[in-house]
Amino acid sequence: MIELSDQDQSLLRGEQGDAAALAMRILVRSAELMGAERLLNIESAHIDGCLYHGQASLDFVERLVASGGKVVVPTTLNVGSLDLIHPELFQGDDETRSQAQRLMQAHIELGCASTFTCAPYQGPNRPRLGQQIAWAESNAIVFANSVLGARTNRYGDFMDLCAALTGRAPYCGLHVDANRLGQIVFALQDFPQERASRDIWFAALGLLAGGRTGSAIPVFTGLPLDTTEDELKALGAACATTGAVGMFHAVGITPEAGTLEQALGGLPAVETMIVTRAMLHQTRAALSRAKPGDRLAAVSVGTPHFSLAEFDQLLQLLESSAAKPRIDFYVNTSRYILWELEQSGKAAKLQDHGITIVTDTCTYITPVMRQTRGLIMTNSGKWAHYAPANIGVEVAFGSLRECVLSAVEGSLVLDDHGG
Amino acid sequence: MAVKPTPSLWPATAVVTGHGRGRPLLLDQPLSFWGGYDAAAGRIIEASHPQYGISLAGRVMLMARAKGSSSSSSVLAEAIRNGTGPSAIIMRERDLIVGLGCIVASELYGLHVPAVVVDGTVWKDMGAHAKGASTDWGIGVDQCGGCVVRGFGTRFLGL
Repeated sequence: MIELSDQDQSLLRGEQGDAAALAMRILVRSAELMGAERLLNIESAHIDGCLYHGQASLDFVERLVASGGKVVVPTTLNVGSLDLIHPELFQGDDETRSQAQRLMQAHIELGCASTFTCAPYQGPNRPRLGQQIAWAESNAIVFANSVLGARTNRYGDFMDLCAALTGRAPYCGLHVDANRLGQIVFALQDFPQERASRDIWFAALGLLAGGRTGSAIPVFTGLPLDTTEDELKALGAACATTGAVGMFHAVGITPEAGTLEQALGGLPAVETMIVTRAMLHQTRAALSRAKPGDRLAAVSVGTPHFSLAEFDQLLQLLESSAAKPRIDFYVNTSRYILWELEQSGKAAKLQDHGITIVTDTCTYITPVMRQTRGLIMTNSGKWAHYAPANIGVEVAFGSLRECVLSAVEGSLVLDDHGG
Repeated sequence: MAVKPTPSLWPATAVVTGHGRGRPLLLDQPLSFWGGYDAAAGRIIEASHPQYGISLAGRVMLMARAKGSSSSSSVLAEAIRNGTGPSAIIMRERDLIVGLGCIVASELYGLHVPAVVVDGTVWKDMGAHAKGASTDWGIGVDQCGGCVVRGFGTRFLGL
């Protein structure tokens, strides 16, 4: 049985509205499922309910709106199925468009902020070390736990909103100190140190590690000490694509892993696996059959949403190349990052180079790309994994640098990796 | 072909309560419902999944563990709503995202798809039986109120 506070019980009895009562009931049933003994207060929520997955996702939110629900903690929203700033990009049918739009609007009526990003950690008010939060969206969960040291379980649709409407979450799992220790060590032997095309190896490593980790916590040793936040973002997103990973440690890099011993809490590793560059090559090769010289239909990057630093890299790559991309080049990002790019004049420069910026959504979950036949290139492990099933494309997988070189050629260009 | 009925009863722990029955389907690999299952058409769409193209509708689904996106709860709830989802779920490792899809379908639509977890030994035994089973399994409770999975008249091919 779960120990409930007076406030929890009041919510359950419906004294604070039917919406809060429904939210509390789902929360308590979920807490029982998770084996939690009590609930805890959370300080922010990130909601992944804005993607239209059919009638059930809309029915749930409409029920909360109709019964007067309001969020009680600062709450951000994940991507939706539409780019509300560039609605003309949507190429799906009218019914889906209107259901999807209603779903996004209904969340705003509940008091959520219209952020529509899968990378809320790139916006204002990012969670601090040790802060208890209830976040959904697999990549955001991994980032918050691993890179920021905030504490959230792998919340999904529904539960995130229930937490936001009550300010409570089950006290268990990654909310608790003892459950945040690393278990499986991935010892990198010859991980590429060279910055130029390094992003792709983080994505490949994430896909490989996620597949071997399941729901355990991986610990990476031997990553470059100058690993950037964006590279950790790529690593975590890929880990959470092939596994149920909610957190990782990168020794010497992430806040709860100053040393291997700290990451493991002084306990022996459950398993240690040596990862060589050859294994990463294999992971990369398994994702795509595309060969250098194959004609490309488009490039899509920004899954998770592109950061300002990534836009700067992209701009540099575009400015140093001899010609403009000759194929469509999409970048997914948040509306906040787009506003910053507009203010600094970089949005116009990107447009001059033929870049299409997509906000509020992502190219692999909704029909926004003009051309989806043929080969589409990305540097995202997550996009490469999901896009073939979601939107029926074939993928080529390469670094941001390789994506730009390929877009300029109109066909796949890969660095010489030396095997 | 000879039929050897061997009713089986396995102990389980309920994570989402309910009753459900159907032919067992053992997934050879974890499935992310989001991106991996088309809840409108009712089939597995993850290209690399060994059971690509298969429907979960009305099946007692055995999946060792979950994987992938946190959006899977919505897709599972939607599949339960429109009848393309499993009738019961048996797992080796409990998973919130899967359980939540069942909880919300029960709160919103009164459709109660149970989810249970079983220990390693039971899982192995169930897996071996599920492979050859051609009749229904059910999730229920025993005389002491404990949760059990029943294998009705399991048929072994080739015996």
